[in-house]
Amino acid sequence: MRAPGPAQRRRRRTGERLFFLLCLASVLVPLAMLATLIGDVVLDGAGRLSWEFLRGTPSRRASAAGIWPALIGSLTLIGLTALLAVPVGVAAAVYLEEYGRRSRMAGIIEVNIANLAGVPSIIYGLLGLEVFVRLFGMGSTVVAGACTLALLVLPVVIMASREALRTAPDALREGAVALGATRWQAIRQVVLPLALPGILTGAILAVARALGETAPLIVVGAVVFITFTPDLGSQYTALPIQIFNWVSMPQKAFLDNAAAAIVVLLVVLLLLSSTAIFLRNKYQARL
Amino acid sequence: MSPHRTSTPGRARPKIVADEVTAGFGDKTVLRAISMEIEENRVTAIIGPSGCGKSTFIRCINRMHEQSPIARIAGRVLLDGQDVYDRSVDPVLLRRRVGMVFQKPNPFPTMSIRDNVLAGLRLTGTLRRKAATEVVERSLGQAALWDEVKDRLDDPGGSLSGGQQQRLCIARALAVEPEVLLMDEPCSALDPIATARIEDLLHTLRDHYTIVIVTHNMQQATRVSDRTAFFLGGDLVELAATDDLFTRPRDPRTEDYITGKFG
Amino acid sequence: MEQKRHTDREYEAELGRVRDNLLRMTGRVEQMIADSVEALLEGDTDLAQKAIEDDHKVNRLEVDTDDLCLLILARRQPLGSDLRFITLAMKMVTDLERIGDLAVNIAERAVALSGERPVGFESLLSRLAELDQAQLRGAIEAFVARDAAAAEAVCAADDQVDRLYLELAREAQEKMAGDGGVRIERAVHLQAVARFLERIGDHVTNLAELVIFLVRGKDVRHLGKLDDG
Repeated sequence: MRAPGPAQRRRRRTGERLFFLLCLASVLVPLAMLATLIGDVVLDGAGRLSWEFLRGTPSRRASAAGIWPALIGSLTLIGLTALLAVPVGVAAAVYLEEYGRRSRMAGIIEVNIANLAGVPSIIYGLLGLEVFVRLFGMGSTVVAGACTLALLVLPVVIMASREALRTAPDALREGAVALGATRWQAIRQVVLPLALPGILTGAILAVARALGETAPLIVVGAVVFITFTPDLGSQYTALPIQIFNWVSMPQKAFLDNAAAAIVVLLVVLLLLSSTAIFLRNKYQARL
Repeated sequence: MSPHRTSTPGRARPKIVADEVTAGFGDKTVLRAISMEIEENRVTAIIGPSGCGKSTFIRCINRMHEQSPIARIAGRVLLDGQDVYDRSVDPVLLRRRVGMVFQKPNPFPTMSIRDNVLAGLRLTGTLRRKAATEVVERSLGQAALWDEVKDRLDDPGGSLSGGQQQRLCIARALAVEPEVLLMDEPCSALDPIATARIEDLLHTLRDHYTIVIVTHNMQQATRVSDRTAFFLGGDLVELAATDDLFTRPRDPRTEDYITGKFG
Repeated sequence: MEQKRHTDREYEAELGRVRDNLLRMTGRVEQMIADSVEALLEGDTDLAQKAIEDDHKVNRLEVDTDDLCLLILARRQPLGSDLRFITLAMKMVTDLERIGDLAVNIAERAVALSGERPVGFESLLSRLAELDQAQLRGAIEAFVARDAAAAEAVCAADDQVDRLYLELAREAQEKMAGDGGVRIERAVHLQAVARFLERIGDHVTNLAELVIFLVRGKDVRHLGKLDDG
């Protein structure tokens, strides 16, 4: 094989450089767009951010409106959703991965979970309306909303947990069993601790998704205008719904409110993600 | 510290007896009617080419073979005269009497060195709190690892070198105080110095445990074992005192294998 | 008997070289025995000189073969029959080299006695030499064919060598005591040669015992004369 001549080398170099620049662009362009959007929102909403805004309740006067009920509603929702979805999701993943690996039923379940993850969220809203609100008689409360969202994010939790369980090498399971442990002892003491980072990541992803859902909540009866702090048995609202409501108002002042609420939402999201990353890194470092 | 192995000792009573053991996966048969005795407090080596069934055989002894959903087995394996496949035998309890060390060291990564050693006892819920320190020192001492890690027992199990990890796995297996130790090519992932350490370790363990070691390294078998079994294609071809099997084997297939005339 | 080949062809070649060296050494010392005895009986000093020089080649072969065996031990860590073969090759080489030295001794006596009249029992010497050569051939054929029975036959025939030697010794004694006209010096030399030939026979028996060990894995040396400690 002859060594490439100078012309060939130049062509190869420019080709390489072009490819590199293309990859760089596909990262920078969306980031730049995102930064612009966020920057725009922050600029619009920063002025409205204040302690009164956070503690206030919605009002017909834009300047007096606040997001306290929406904030509480959102936080309660994601808290309950996590409480419902994570244990069930992890347990399901453990069953599929550890006990039912070769059974027919496990195979069928696996296929369906992947499908469920892709179902439009409004369908879950309709399901929640019929089953939780009407059939179980929960009414249009936060609990019903949380159950609905839990169903929605369950496939995500299951899939993430399964992936996390898969990262535990079979050699470890074998080692535990060879020492005289039962299947369950091996899972609980060896496999689950190892899968914890992945499971946490999956849980946080699920919760983050639940935080941003609007359509299903509307279907199960989240209202828009609440002036009291919601509790488990009362009507409720959530941040995305509040934002949606303000954005549809004609007055510009409400747009500023919406921007401020978006900022709050982003901050909550950021806190959640940071916690997740922190926890994951902490557990990862042990390995 | 025990001196080097003396010339072939006399015969000991059989600790494990395999009686017409036939095993396989699905419709593939890996072991064919294996019958052999493994003597107590001796090291028995099993050699043979890849796929001859040596790993499957030892996994039949501690009932790890049945972990696979398509595994099947027939015949008896007697431990101290009792068939381990009898209905009344709990495989979980069996595995506390028969320990196993694997080819690739597998310390539990989320646990410290100390916790790794105690893992066997904790996993099975048999750890007495007060005895913990003593168990850790004894087991690591038996595995010739105590001096190297006594100052860092809280370091994670995965922070050790390959050879140390394997000795940690041996300590972990010994902490449960088994009667038998099964070793599946324990040195094949290790460098020569680590290998030499573990072989040296086997000389001292021999007095207290019955050891069965699967190895593809014939020179290792000559160095560490008292008796050697040669497996070929699922059959037991020859079982004899190690010194005899490697200097004047009886079966021509053994002769061909150990002189490299296969393939 | 069909011999399987080693998978590693270089190893197979190395073992082949050892075998070839042994065969060559045997051929050469056999020739040396024939030449030195003929030189003695014919008074041919040139032939005696040739035998003496041939010993250098034998020594070279000894050194080379030992080196080769050492390398094989280090590289291949032989087991089973290969292990027995290498260890016995190293011993065989020693025995063959001693036989070569003894033939040189005979050739030296041939030079010392050249131009002298024969004394009477030269035919016995000739027969003893032929017996030695036949034994040597028998041992090496048993080695090549891995035939333990043939090797045993060689061991058993050592009695013949001993008897022939005793006969020679007696003849020499008689000649020296009786016939005043015989040069005692010549008789003494010839008796020495007979002793050399008898020792050659012992070394050949050693070779045969080693062949039995190679084939059967049983050490038959010093049977009945081992201290059980």
